[in-house]
Amino acid sequence: MKNFVKAQADWFKSGSPWIWLNGGAVAICMVMVVGLLGLIAIRGFGHFWPADILQTSIVDREGVRQIIMGEEVRAEIIPAAVARDGGYTVEKDVELITRYLFKMGNRDVNGRDFAWFLETGMDKWEYPLDAISIERREWGNFYGYPVAIKEQDKIISELSSADFWTQLDQRIERALDLHSQIHRIEKSDIGRINKRMDDLRLERRRLELDGITGDQLAKADVELAARRAELEAEYSVIKKTRDDLLAEATRDKLIGRTADGKEVVIGFDHIVRVTRPNEMGVFAKLGQYAERFWEFMSDEPREANTEGGIFPAIFGTLTMVIVMSIMVTPFGVLAAIYLREYARQGTFLKIIRISVYNLAGVPSIVYGVFGLGFFVYTLGGNLDELFYAESLPSPTFGTPGLFWASLTLALLTLPIVIVSTEEGLSRIPSTIRQGSLALGATKAETLWKVVVPLATPAMMTGLILAIARAAGEVAPLMLVGVVKLAPALPVDGNYPYLHLDQKIMHLGFHIYDVGFQSPNVEAARPLVYATSLTLVLLIITLNITAIKIRNNLREKYRSASD
Amino acid sequence: MTPTALVEPIKLEVKNLNLYYDQKRALNSVSMKIPEKKVTAFIGPSGCGKSTLLRCFNRMNDLVDACRVEGEIILDGGNIYDKHVDVAELRRQVGMVFQKPNPFPKSIYENVAYGLRLQGVKSKRVLDEVVEKSLRGAALWDEVKDRLHDNAFGLSGGQQQRLVIARAIAIEPEVILLDEPASALDPISTLKIEELINELKHQYTIVIVTHNMQQAARVSDYTAFMYMGDLIEHDLTDTLFTNPGKKQTEDYITGRYG
Repeated sequence: MKNFVKAQADWFKSGSPWIWLNGGAVAICMVMVVGLLGLIAIRGFGHFWPADILQTSIVDREGVRQIIMGEEVRAEIIPAAVARDGGYTVEKDVELITRYLFKMGNRDVNGRDFAWFLETGMDKWEYPLDAISIERREWGNFYGYPVAIKEQDKIISELSSADFWTQLDQRIERALDLHSQIHRIEKSDIGRINKRMDDLRLERRRLELDGITGDQLAKADVELAARRAELEAEYSVIKKTRDDLLAEATRDKLIGRTADGKEVVIGFDHIVRVTRPNEMGVFAKLGQYAERFWEFMSDEPREANTEGGIFPAIFGTLTMVIVMSIMVTPFGVLAAIYLREYARQGTFLKIIRISVYNLAGVPSIVYGVFGLGFFVYTLGGNLDELFYAESLPSPTFGTPGLFWASLTLALLTLPIVIVSTEEGLSRIPSTIRQGSLALGATKAETLWKVVVPLATPAMMTGLILAIARAAGEVAPLMLVGVVKLAPALPVDGNYPYLHLDQKIMHLGFHIYDVGFQSPNVEAARPLVYATSLTLVLLIITLNITAIKIRNNLREKYRSASD
Repeated sequence: MTPTALVEPIKLEVKNLNLYYDQKRALNSVSMKIPEKKVTAFIGPSGCGKSTLLRCFNRMNDLVDACRVEGEIILDGGNIYDKHVDVAELRRQVGMVFQKPNPFPKSIYENVAYGLRLQGVKSKRVLDEVVEKSLRGAALWDEVKDRLHDNAFGLSGGQQQRLVIARAIAIEPEVILLDEPASALDPISTLKIEELINELKHQYTIVIVTHNMQQAARVSDYTAFMYMGDLIEHDLTDTLFTNPGKKQTEDYITGRYG
């Protein structure tokens, strides 16, 4: 016993428990990080794997047998009593029972596309090779069997014909091509004409505001009318092309049959993709996976954000972070240089410094409120009156938008940049400063030619932290410029190319919107995970880029700063 | 206090200099004359004020907020502590090399050209010429001529210190202050620096602070011994080391304290 106590005391003295404690803390951190990333990666990226379509039959509460078809989403074990309470007939001696969530699609036929089914009364599962899943632009997926392809009202090919699947693929390709043409015309050509029309309207209004009347106004009106007529002519040409394409696109129709025998007609212009997962091998599925994943990254959302891609959100997040970096860096760096190098050290400076540090701890929603009250309404409102009077009462900058979101985040991250830059400046060895001063440099020359370049790695560190914080921020953005669905990207081909007044989509807000505001929770769930992972990856990419730049700078100024 | 045998023209004259850090007096009425184009060494135990005195010659002490100077230092007939003196101009006349090599985070070339660029020299021809001349003057040219545009941090400590000396002589000062220039270097680099000092004294007035009495004996023509903020003795180096006039000096150079 004595030996044991002594051994224990020795063990404590050796410092081992302390090392174990530290090692344990690191291990727990790693487990949490890996677990977090793993969870969202599996949940999110499993979504793009083409699941097999199963068909089975089930006896419902009324005792009627019906055929169902769909993808298995997940299974759950529940007490049998719950099922009995729900009105299902379950045998006496059963205590636990499995129930399955199926994605049944066919929202237009069934009214709901996800449903739970109990294992009791369920038939054997089958995976029919002919079963198809059709991703549609509306009404979600269709699951069932193809019957025939119709061109106008003539049947071209039936399931039994040899060329059925090739016909299907060709016609889908054609429909997709037409769709992208129409999309391009609507977005860029018609968008451009609309913008010019709007510009004409604003020009007219500006003339009025400038107090131009009588002959001059009449003359201007004639000229404007001529230009408007020109645009209208151009528009009618474009509209004609578009209408022709639209008519082309509705030419083909696919007749399908649901598992329980209802016939459904789907226009090819509504089809995104048709797959036969039961018949695909692993490599075909991998190809599908890549295609769907790419669609998720590069496409616009559909169906209230529960389908399609998240490209506008990725793009919005990136643009916002970049605009924020451009604004916060000069402000933060200049402020830090003044505080560290020029300001007289004393009580007043201490108060300022404490205030700056404390700003970093203010809840972000408070910044949102400030941004809305000051930036959007006060600053933006005044800007509108000064520079965009012609478009009032509809606001240009007096409404939430990209610029205000970036500015609010810049304010939010300012303390981080100031603190890191100050630390960087204070770490520059005084010998370097003295070396410059001893050569007859003034303080300012020393600062800009020697000290500030040496402190750039520290400034980059500040920026890295700022980016990490800003890219993940959601709460203030809801108030100052982020929306669930932005009509256009903030960067396009129309002057001035970067539209700071536009509302943007944001990955963080997209997660919130898809996860909690979505009409179709089950459909949205995997997208929440996938979007989360994308956000994390985006932040990691931004950080790695910034860290690379910083390391290059560090390498350049290696031995002076250590 | 002045060496009895001082015959050379005087470059710098310290008159009754007192220096305070807050209330603490660091230099007590120091008066001395520093001869032109000779090497004068300051020796003494740590904290005796020798570096502080050295820094008075180009007013580096101005950077310390709590520091206050009384008295005069005459450089070429003018008091450098006069109100109208442009400190940057003074520092161009009185160059300085520090204890630890402190090259700038720039290329070797840009380090040497720094002082000239500050003065607004832009001509590449002039810069090239001065850079080569200064690097030759600092006995560094042959080692770096093929990599002038490499980062100066790639040089060894001894090379960096010679680069710093080249940087100082590029702007052609009249006086060069060396604050323990070899204390952070290995023996071979130290030797090179000492040889360099011997070369430089033909053109520049040199004042060197050193902890190393052998070094003072090797490189300097005159030596001043300081103790607790007082200038104890200032004489020809040979005289001071072989036949010190004061008991304190003798105690120090024979190793009884310090």
